[in-house]
Amino acid sequence: MKVSNSQWAEKLSGKMPEHLAREIDIFETEVALRKSGKIDERLFAETRLRKGIYGQRYDNGQRHNGKKVQQIPYPSGELTKGPSTMWDAPGMQRIKIPGGGMNAEQLETMADLAEEYSDGIAHVTTRQDFQLHYIHIDDTPSLMRRLAAANITTREACGNSVRNITACPYAGVCQDEAFDVTPYSRAMAKFLLGHPDVQNFGRKFKPAFSGCSQHACGLTSLHDMGMIAVTRNENGVEERGFETYVGGGLGAVPYHAKLFDDFVPLGELLPLTQAISRVFARLGEKKNRSRARIKFLIQDLGIEKFRELVLEERKTLPSDPRWAEFAKEGEAFQELPLHPGGKPPLLGTEKFQRWAKNNTRPQRQQGYVVVTIALPLGDITSNQLRALADIARRFTRETVRTTVEQNMVLRWVSQSDLVEVHKALEAAELAAPGAGTIIDVATCPGTDTCKLGISSSRGLAGELRKRLTEKNFQLDEAVNNLHIKISGCFNSCGQHHVSDLGFYGVSRKMAGYAVPHFQVVLGGQWENNGNSYGLPVIAIPSKNIPEAVSRLTGRYAENRKNGECFRDFTARIGKVELKKMLEDLTRLPADPSDRSFFSDWGDPREYGLSDMGVGECAGEVVSATDFGLAAAERELFEAQVAWESGQIKQAGEASYQSMLRAAKALVEIETPVVGNDSEEIVREFRARYFDTQKFFDPFAGGKFAEYLFAAHQNADRPYTQDSARYLIDEAQLFIDAAHNCYNRIGAPAIV
Amino acid sequence: MQLQHVNVKFLVQNPEEVDLEPLIPVFHGWIQEQPGGEELLLDIADYRHVPAGPGVVLIGHQGNYSVDNTDNRLGVRYNRKAALEGSNIECLKQAARAALLALQRLEADPRLKGKLRFNGRDVEVFVNDRLIAPNTEATREAFGADLRKFLQQMFRGGEFSVSYASDPRKLFTAFVKAAQIFSVADLLDALA
Repeated sequence: MKVSNSQWAEKLSGKMPEHLAREIDIFETEVALRKSGKIDERLFAETRLRKGIYGQRYDNGQRHNGKKVQQIPYPSGELTKGPSTMWDAPGMQRIKIPGGGMNAEQLETMADLAEEYSDGIAHVTTRQDFQLHYIHIDDTPSLMRRLAAANITTREACGNSVRNITACPYAGVCQDEAFDVTPYSRAMAKFLLGHPDVQNFGRKFKPAFSGCSQHACGLTSLHDMGMIAVTRNENGVEERGFETYVGGGLGAVPYHAKLFDDFVPLGELLPLTQAISRVFARLGEKKNRSRARIKFLIQDLGIEKFRELVLEERKTLPSDPRWAEFAKEGEAFQELPLHPGGKPPLLGTEKFQRWAKNNTRPQRQQGYVVVTIALPLGDITSNQLRALADIARRFTRETVRTTVEQNMVLRWVSQSDLVEVHKALEAAELAAPGAGTIIDVATCPGTDTCKLGISSSRGLAGELRKRLTEKNFQLDEAVNNLHIKISGCFNSCGQHHVSDLGFYGVSRKMAGYAVPHFQVVLGGQWENNGNSYGLPVIAIPSKNIPEAVSRLTGRYAENRKNGECFRDFTARIGKVELKKMLEDLTRLPADPSDRSFFSDWGDPREYGLSDMGVGECAGEVVSATDFGLAAAERELFEAQVAWESGQIKQAGEASYQSMLRAAKALVEIETPVVGNDSEEIVREFRARYFDTQKFFDPFAGGKFAEYLFAAHQNADRPYTQDSARYLIDEAQLFIDAAHNCYNRIGAPAIV
Repeated sequence: MQLQHVNVKFLVQNPEEVDLEPLIPVFHGWIQEQPGGEELLLDIADYRHVPAGPGVVLIGHQGNYSVDNTDNRLGVRYNRKAALEGSNIECLKQAARAALLALQRLEADPRLKGKLRFNGRDVEVFVNDRLIAPNTEATREAFGADLRKFLQQMFRGGEFSVSYASDPRKLFTAFVKAAQIFSVADLLDALA
């Protein structure tokens, strides 16, 4: 699209690292070949994905405009950049920022790119990446060249490869860490980028580093590979290493990473990673994407067998001099302040005090603080990025990092500069208080731009942020410290599982209409590297979620005992009571003329209009399918309650039964007389909904139906705590998919 | 210097009174209608939560429309994305006309309750491509004559002042202030 595209290669010649320049040249050729039809669209899709170029919502060439599905007549006609992905459709560019570390020049580059190729906004993700939206594929080689000139690559930001390697943004300055993981995370990112052993995965692979086990900043529990810094004393000499975990992941069904080794010496970490990668590439699922993450391989093999295979593989690796160099990274790495450390300011305006309370954090090094810049929904403008670059130069040695809470931090700020830093941030509108508190809501893009989004996570996040900010200073301190995280669908990009109050988007049919909902997920834990996952309690219409938050936080403020955390509070109160508190919010407003529930936050189009049946009076029309699906939800809820009280067998059985109920509800739309025999239900469901693909999710395909088939096949096996937990999550997804299927097929309502 | 990717923004009066929320249904309506011409309207990006940000953006294929609050200067902006044939003055006129037509529709839309109105004299012109037009003295010199000709036509020979953004990292930016008050219709007539 940009007229200047043809000139950037020459303009930046000699300024880009040679290997990146060459890769981008090759990609540009591939773009040209695809345009002339000489590369298959599937191959091109994976090629661009490995460069971080994603599709975006409506890129299949059609969009529901609130009245009807509208075809989008893109100028390039039928030319595609992937299956059902139109060439001219705006896309998203993900940009890897290893460990979140950025200097001032990189901030300025991001500012320029957001302005020239996107819509003036750069977006920080929950994995420390940047994302630019509404990018035209023709502009991507220029965009990549400009990033490369600032020493940033988009390579393997997506696709079945090693994604951004994240690290605690406080590494090196944290009070509690064993040692600074920064140099090791960077060295691993460099080592794995384009490494031949990581090119043949069935799915993505996400590593993360943390300096300690007790804080959340690294979120190692929910990563494919998590490394926590530890030291041991060998003959009076302190040795550095990593407690290493594998097989964690959120996604539809969250898995906790399992301990692989409690101490991997520095010199062993890269070869171990290589060996893990080889085993994953060799044995991991390739055909069925929904079972292709390493967590499933480890679950199937068991951690012991997996470890055995990896260690055998390790023995076969040819030695690489970079392994030993890795161990020396820590010695070579040094981050220094610009100004001498100082004393905290004695005075300051009320505004300053309010900001400093949550947005500054003392460093390990006396006289310095880390300043957090709270970005609303992870968004920052081009002008703000340039202002931040100026501030980073003026007060630090350009020590800026992105965080998994979608914020940015400025490290090594002398306490004596703090008032001036605040003033400078205020001038750039970057001094919003409340970083890391309940108002600092994290969210994925959801229905705004993501093809998989079901509900408007950003719309809801914006609304909650607005409402909570209005009463922020009246909130109970314990409530203020809670976390809210929102995903637009079950895929968990908003990390809702590890939040005090988590939400993920689902749709439900009410009175014959599709209504955007969010599942309320409670009991997750952000601390301890995200070590506890919450469970869904109840699905509530999007428009009632603010009220649900108000009730839950209000009850917590009133009833918490002796400094009890939210997770312990919800466990004590119990899911039954929590559900009871929220149950009335599942209903539509009594006034049938109130149509607000049928659209989502920030989007006035009637939600899922094409799926609607004939309009009926709200709250009066209930079909047998509605009843059947509601019964399935009820049964699953009982399974959750059983699991939490340690009744593992009952939990597993009830989860399985809930899936059968949901399947039966769908089957009965087509054949009203079906018995309670599980064989018959599954057989009928398979024939009518799986084989015909009626049940298939537009993006996940038959994944959720396979959960039922697996549960049915394994119904006689004993349940473990883990397997019952996974089944609960799978059953929830199956029931959500059943609702979606029911919405899609638009069965006539029966009074 | 051949200009491309011109942006023109017309500032609104009493920006503190303008509520951006109703713009979302208004812009959805425009996508439904696809007002015609060559412009293909695609989607809406809502950045109301970002202070001094792009506001509400109607994403198009050839260009974006927005009620933009960059630098806390609220205005209706057109951002030309696709290349244009023609002289620099024609490129400037195209962007200005697109922004003015959008502004005219917004001024007339009852959902905005008459609160979004052109302030009559403040216009910003940007070139959204640093390679074509870096924010330098050389660009000002190369582009200044065409910009003045265009402004003279738009303001019907009336007086105006032009100043430029000083930060070389910013887009090439001209801040224009007309000496007298113009309506949107006046300006559109002048550019016809």
